Amino acid sequence: MQTFDLAARGLRELNQTLHTLNGTTNQTAWEIVNTRGSHAIAVGVDAPLDITVRGTTGYYCAGMNKQATIRVKGSTGPGVAENMMSGTVIVDGDASQYAGATGRGGLLVIKGNASSRCGISMKGIDIVVHGNIGHMSAFMAQSGNMVVLGDAGDALGDSLYEARLFVRGSVKSLGADCIEKEMRAEHLELLEDLLRRGEADAKAKPEEFRRYGSARKLYNFNIDNADAY
Amino acid sequence: MCGIVGLFLKDKSLEPKLGAMLAEMLVTMTDRGPDSAGLAIYGGGGDGLTKITVQSSNPGKDFVDLDKDLKEAIGKPVAMKIKSTHAVLEFPADQVDAARSALAHLRPSLKIMSVGDALEIYKEVGLPKDVAQRFDLAKMGGTHGIGHTRMATESAVTTLGAHPFSTGPDQCLVHNGSLSNHNGLRRELIRLGTTFETQNDTEVAAAYVSQKLKEGQDLGQALESGLDDLDGFFTFVVGTKDGFGVVRDPIACKPAVMAETDQYVAFGSEYRALVNLPGIEDARVWEPEPATVYFWNH
Repeated sequence: MQTFDLAARGLRELNQTLHTLNGTTNQTAWEIVNTRGSHAIAVGVDAPLDITVRGTTGYYCAGMNKQATIRVKGSTGPGVAENMMSGTVIVDGDASQYAGATGRGGLLVIKGNASSRCGISMKGIDIVVHGNIGHMSAFMAQSGNMVVLGDAGDALGDSLYEARLFVRGSVKSLGADCIEKEMRAEHLELLEDLLRRGEADAKAKPEEFRRYGSARKLYNFNIDNADAY
Repeated sequence: MCGIVGLFLKDKSLEPKLGAMLAEMLVTMTDRGPDSAGLAIYGGGGDGLTKITVQSSNPGKDFVDLDKDLKEAIGKPVAMKIKSTHAVLEFPADQVDAARSALAHLRPSLKIMSVGDALEIYKEVGLPKDVAQRFDLAKMGGTHGIGHTRMATESAVTTLGAHPFSTGPDQCLVHNGSLSNHNGLRRELIRLGTTFETQNDTEVAAAYVSQKLKEGQDLGQALESGLDDLDGFFTFVVGTKDGFGVVRDPIACKPAVMAETDQYVAFGSEYRALVNLPGIEDARVWEPEPATVYFWNH
């Protein structure tokens, strides 16, 4: 286990150190201490590392992650795991706005609540939130899966494409073109796997969720709406 | 982008350290607002005295014998405390109107930063660390305070364009964001009798809140009304003589994080601003909900 003191050595050295591990196989276990709400911790990692961040972070923690498993033993500021490509990011506390935004792959787990715009424009990432999510979550979400054990805020899935949204609690309101859809066997199977990988299988069962997705009415120009333009 | 910090103390033993805690929080928010900084600090009050904080671009001239001249004009004792470009004048509370008109006559170039029993406002252009040093913020005590670091987006970088803004007795407001209907609202408020010092959008928000308070609303109601009447992006932190409030617009894209312990309620634009507060590890930390008014008072 390598321990990196962020307050003593600084952000540039941290991220440079992690970036140079690309393509190597040793030094895979890392612990980052003294985070003090700093921004951009462990951004752009591209190696199968196991990184534990001890403390609360600022903006963009674990952004653009590839391959690594990054565990945050605290809460995260805006944009955690933004544009993640692969790997896993697990936040023990809460996440601020736009968690997992534009994520293309991998798994983001938030054990507390996520704030507004969680999974905005997600493009293949899987997101499991143990608590609630805020307003405008999954706005323009294109693909991937979002699982919420708690409640969703206003305008869930507004202008949604093909991402699948599973919510166990209440949904304050659905966004434009987002509708509730039938839960089929394949979705229950998918949920079971996501709950297990999201360390939530002891808390919830697939049957307790409802599925939301796109009505696909905004996909194409509709001649009946011509007057509106 | 701008940075906001705020601290409302529940534990009296922390009061002598209020300025030191806030100054540190303010400097941490330099990245969010390096062009100007300001602090509103509340303390004292209830002693029958009122304070006017004035600012001068030529303090070496304006502040000479200002206390004596004011004393002569109002016929009551006046105490003066000079801090760089600012001076706090303290005198019997029933002399506020007399003092205001006397000041306009005695030193027409002075700008009034704040008026109130408890409030003092200090603000200048420059890096937050330099502003904090210039006014010796770290030595100030008090019950609650609000600080702001500014990155100007819609009006000039000047002392008067810096936050906090005060448009009513013991009232102040700081803002992260930008309003889009401030020109129309400004005209409406001018019609109702408000005078404005700047073209700044935040000054309109502060004046709006003051107007609502004048109409008889309490601070919570004034902030609720603001959610309907103010268009744009905002995270506001407001202060009154005994209270401290927070409200974010319904979109809530301007960041905000709060922490509460038995000793204090703290606000920061980022968690970084809070990391040195005592007991922060065990504080309840949360993000204020959009379009929701939060308020604490003594």
